[in-house]
Amino acid sequence: MDLFEYQGKQFFADYGLPVSPGEIAFTTDEAVAAAERLGTPVMVKAQVHTGGRGKAGGVKFAATIDDVREHAAAILGLDIKGHVVGRVWIEKASDIAEEYYASFTLDRSAKKYLGMLSVEGGVEIETVAEENPDAIAKIWIDPVDGLGESECRDWVGQAGLPEVAVEGTIGILLKLYTAYVDGDADLVEVNPLILTPEGQMHVLDAKVTLDGNSIFRHQDYAVFDETQNRDERETAAHAIGLQYVGLDGSVGVIANGAGLAMSTVDVISQVGGAAANFLDIGGGADVDTMAGALEVINNDPAVCSIFINIFGGITRGEVVASGIIEALERVIIKSPIVIRLDGTNAEEGRRLLEPHFSDSLQMAPTMLEAAERTVALAAARQKGAGQ
Amino acid sequence: MSIFADETTRVVYQGLTGSQGRYYGLLNKEYGTQVVAGTNPHKAGQDVDGIPIFASVSEAVAETGATASCIFIPAPGVHDAVIEAAEGGIQFIVSVTEGVPAHDEARFYNRLRRDFPDVRLLGPNCPGIISPGKCNIGITAGHIALPGGPVGIVSRSGTLTYQALYELKQKGIGCTTCVGIGGDPVPGTSFIDCLEAFEEDPETKAVMMIGEIGGSAEEEAATFIRDKMTKPVASYVAGVTAPPGKKMGHAGAIVSGGKGTAAAKMDALRSAGVQVGLNPTESGELMAGIVAGL
Repeated sequence: MDLFEYQGKQFFADYGLPVSPGEIAFTTDEAVAAAERLGTPVMVKAQVHTGGRGKAGGVKFAATIDDVREHAAAILGLDIKGHVVGRVWIEKASDIAEEYYASFTLDRSAKKYLGMLSVEGGVEIETVAEENPDAIAKIWIDPVDGLGESECRDWVGQAGLPEVAVEGTIGILLKLYTAYVDGDADLVEVNPLILTPEGQMHVLDAKVTLDGNSIFRHQDYAVFDETQNRDERETAAHAIGLQYVGLDGSVGVIANGAGLAMSTVDVISQVGGAAANFLDIGGGADVDTMAGALEVINNDPAVCSIFINIFGGITRGEVVASGIIEALERVIIKSPIVIRLDGTNAEEGRRLLEPHFSDSLQMAPTMLEAAERTVALAAARQKGAGQ
Repeated sequence: MSIFADETTRVVYQGLTGSQGRYYGLLNKEYGTQVVAGTNPHKAGQDVDGIPIFASVSEAVAETGATASCIFIPAPGVHDAVIEAAEGGIQFIVSVTEGVPAHDEARFYNRLRRDFPDVRLLGPNCPGIISPGKCNIGITAGHIALPGGPVGIVSRSGTLTYQALYELKQKGIGCTTCVGIGGDPVPGTSFIDCLEAFEEDPETKAVMMIGEIGGSAEEEAATFIRDKMTKPVASYVAGVTAPPGKKMGHAGAIVSGGKGTAAAKMDALRSAGVQVGLNPTESGELMAGIVAGL
């Protein structure tokens, strides 16, 4: 789960990290009211789940209330890499002497936690990694041992921070590490971590990704789940517990298993089409799940044909077939369907489906052939609609 | 031969009394796996279809000589279950459960490495392992696998594992062992662990490797194949068309910061001499070609 900056800062504040006071605003008037309460100067910051906000004009300094009004009006509704800004964070402006970078994440190769600290903050860490890799001090932390103060001190020493910043940075990194581990985060990143002219360390930005699998011990994370960046289709699918990712094509996809679903999307593309979605209905493929999946796909206006790709493992083919038949009775499908059913008892499943075959419900023997047919059907319908 | 598990492997099921544990535990037993025990601290002394239930793994090991465990415990309890199995004397732990927090995985992975370096963990979030005709630990449908070899399979994806087994069976090609390593960020057993074991196994003559987007495990495997493997490898990588920043079902299947793309993985594998198919069927055909030439 990706957090907005302001949510990330609230998360950090819970672990004692120094963040600036601020308020969230959904309208220009709310932004102005927030700035009046906080007192100018303030920063007006677009809240989106993507980087590069500054370059896109999504972060502005406002010296006066008039500036706040002007900037908030410009930023709200702004499109930043496909993310439309729906809320801005109004934050008390800080004086900056220096900008650093700090983060913790999992190094999947080393299977240890990786901490990164750099004196070159305020720019994307990927850029620093490419142009000046020596400017990043790295530490690999064994999750069993955790991060001790002396290791942290050595690490900060490697980064070459000025003396005045050292103690404050150690304190912040230890708290940031606690937030990363105890908060079950996939990523915590502070960029920039600033040194003020008064010699104080301060967290000026927050990029936090939380592990959705940890919700059972963080009930309060449900609120973050609601603000995830999902399109209408993804919201509907998520509500009924489906693993769904919206894509831009015209062939609706239903498959059992994440790998098979990914593979189905790939094969559709290989034969010259494009999938409208990735949808994994899981191993069971029961009636309710199938009906729900069909409904989500059916409500997507871009879908012109549907590819149901089921491989029966433990779940037998005839069970899957009955599920499809019953689901089709519940949902009136607007687009033609091609089914590929293979694996355990696939023959029996196909026999059950046979009486239901028509122009709008077909069976294909292989994944490739089913993909070719759905792509052709989608193309024919798009052509028909265009005339 | 097979790798990691065979007909002599004696398995205790942690969570055998739960609905999933019971269902798959009994299916595994029916397949021929030596399912010797189950555990549940509240149901010690009872049995599940004749399989005795013990309060702890250590008791089950002491009483039945179990060497492996299969964990069917809900995600919040998996961390403790893995540690309990290792402390109880288990050598091979299979963790099927999905949805285990990444920090838990990182903790028990490193704990095992340090305190129980000889213990092998498979998973979490994996279909398990099947050595066709000998034993099946996990949720793979046993009858879709043809026993005998000469192919070893290792896969990050559940259904694509079944797909691979099935395609090979349809071509009359058997499998020594099929290992589903799972799609999570910290898998207990890696591609390389399996490739290494298959390279040493005299009955395995070729290896099928199924990867997917996210991380760099396929690239690391490619380096291993190039430097260390003499046996031919065919491969498939799912997720060529996956958009960056979107998780494709598995916690680990995500292209982020331009890393972990299928194209990069396929390139790495190809340059290591691996035959890479563009879809599962094509990879099956490539493997059939390899087997025909053995």
